[in-house]
Amino acid sequence: MKIMKSLMVTAAVAMALMANAAHAENKKIALVVKALGIGFFEAANKGAQEAAKELGDVEVIYTGPTSTTAEGQIEVINSLIAQKVDAIAVSANDTDALVPALKKAMDRGIKVISWDSGVAKEGRLMHLNPSSSPLIGNMIIKLAADNLPEGGDVAVLSASATATNQNTWIAEMKKVQGNYKGINVVTTVYGDDLADKSYRETQGLIQSYPNLKAIIAPTSVGIVAAAQAVTDAGKIGQINVTGLGLPSEMAGHVKSGASKSFAIWNPIDLGYSATMIAYGLVNGAEAKPGAELKMGRMGTVKLDDNNEGAMADPFVYDASNVEEFAKIF
Amino acid sequence: MTDAHLSPRHIPDRLQGRGARILKSWESLLLVVAIAIFLGNSLASPYFLDPWNLSDATFNFTEKAMIAFAMALVIISGEIDLSVASIIALASTAMGYAVQLGVDTPALVAIGLGVGLICGMVNGLLITGLGLPSIVVTIGTMSLFRGLSFIVLGDQAFTGYPKSFAWFGQGYVWWVFSFEFTLFVLLAVVYGVLLHKTNFGRAVYAIGNNQTAALFSGVRVARVKFILFLLTGLMAGLASICLTSRLGSTRPSIALGWELEVVTMVVLGGVNILGGSGTIPGVVLAALIMGMVTFGFGLLNVPGIVMSIFIGLLLISVIALPILWQRARRRLAH
Repeated sequence: MKIMKSLMVTAAVAMALMANAAHAENKKIALVVKALGIGFFEAANKGAQEAAKELGDVEVIYTGPTSTTAEGQIEVINSLIAQKVDAIAVSANDTDALVPALKKAMDRGIKVISWDSGVAKEGRLMHLNPSSSPLIGNMIIKLAADNLPEGGDVAVLSASATATNQNTWIAEMKKVQGNYKGINVVTTVYGDDLADKSYRETQGLIQSYPNLKAIIAPTSVGIVAAAQAVTDAGKIGQINVTGLGLPSEMAGHVKSGASKSFAIWNPIDLGYSATMIAYGLVNGAEAKPGAELKMGRMGTVKLDDNNEGAMADPFVYDASNVEEFAKIF
Repeated sequence: MTDAHLSPRHIPDRLQGRGARILKSWESLLLVVAIAIFLGNSLASPYFLDPWNLSDATFNFTEKAMIAFAMALVIISGEIDLSVASIIALASTAMGYAVQLGVDTPALVAIGLGVGLICGMVNGLLITGLGLPSIVVTIGTMSLFRGLSFIVLGDQAFTGYPKSFAWFGQGYVWWVFSFEFTLFVLLAVVYGVLLHKTNFGRAVYAIGNNQTAALFSGVRVARVKFILFLLTGLMAGLASICLTSRLGSTRPSIALGWELEVVTMVVLGGVNILGGSGTIPGVVLAALIMGMVTFGFGLLNVPGIVMSIFIGLLLISVIALPILWQRARRRLAH
């Protein structure tokens, strides 16, 4: 029994040494997602692998629970702590519940960041938002203006009147409206993120504003409904629908011409940037308010007082790339 | 066997000797499986044989195992309790609500256990008082209890638990032995004694094997069952304290789907799902096996779905093997 035990320990130590020797120069960065088998996260993994290839000495461990539970993610995090990974980049299922597990990871020298869906401040070094409200506000009006060189009337179809996100984005949009000459925002209507109400509100807009040139819908439900209403009214070519939407839902409307372009985050860039930031932190970069962290081809991200940063402008999808991304999310 | 030997016949007081019985038991099969998994894990990953890593890994199963002990007794008695995970959610919500009112740790523990007991009492009264089937009642209370936490919390979370409360899910009693693991060992002993060494335990087996016979032998069937549902409620309350403390927060989706994992643990432990047989050592081994499989696969970064498949196969094969073995022996005997 004793011999067996010492044999086993020897074997384990030998294996540990061998494993260490093999990976001595490789940094292990774990990309933890909400659940495996979701297109958005598979795409993020694609970006992470791209970053790993570019960096050379990085091994990306793409992992996550089977269902989107905090408990499952904690089990995954515990096994990553045990493997002594160098960094964990997590899209959290629960802002608060992951904090104790991630604190433990940081206590053991692992660099922890969150991306996409954040963790409370105590549980991570920094959080990477896909974009920021000013960037989104600017992008949605830019999308409309780009296709209206001579200017014209533009209406906004929002979610509900109390939706925090949409209200912030529209407020940010109005701040930069002056930069887009000739663009006249005539009204904002609310479709409550319901397909049928958004459709009817769009019909109303088409009737009330005969000179309407574009509809901005910064909501994935609204933009689809608006594009459908424009199509059904036979106004394709006269009214351009744009805003924030999902490629899989919008591909058809881009093809028909109801929407020339729209925007949303690019999950590939997000996974890429998260990996780049984690790599930087492992190699001594410090995450503190005001710091600028490198993200490879995506440039740098500047951290605010909460150690949060915005990656980039929302990514623009048009006829050239929407088909490819429609397969992803 | 032939009738030729009519001369003095030896009638054994047991069908098999003690040693043979232990060797052929389900528990020894599980022990072999557990050792195999332990060795396999040690060889597969250099990180497995590390006391702190193993200690972290115990959190994968300790909370579920606490409930599994009580659930084993319920299933042996021929009933089932599917509301346990929802009791965790409701108890956690109650504790979270109390925290917002400024309640401190000892009272929080009392609230957690109290809510567990009350939920168990609701189940017990409906099942023994009204004579309803436990599977129907607990499917109902499963939705009811979790529904209540959803009404209170919606998409919000309760946080801000006192620092001292964190000890239950994150504290260590001695060296690598966490409070949860120590509690798991203590409860294993308590439930082992309760089931295998007391009259109450015998009554549980008697009810599971033949409820009518048990009733006519003077066993107070309804009372025993009521106590069993109280116990599962209490254990769910206890697990809720540990889990809430470990997460440091409460959401209504806490412990979602745990009822099936607990039942899997119990059945893998050799408890007959139809009632009447099973042991606590079996459940302990099943808990260790499930914990080690989850952790071992996690170390190799095997996707979770493969783990579920493995546990499923393990469950089916551990149940099928003894049956196949018996059939093969019967065929050989003919």
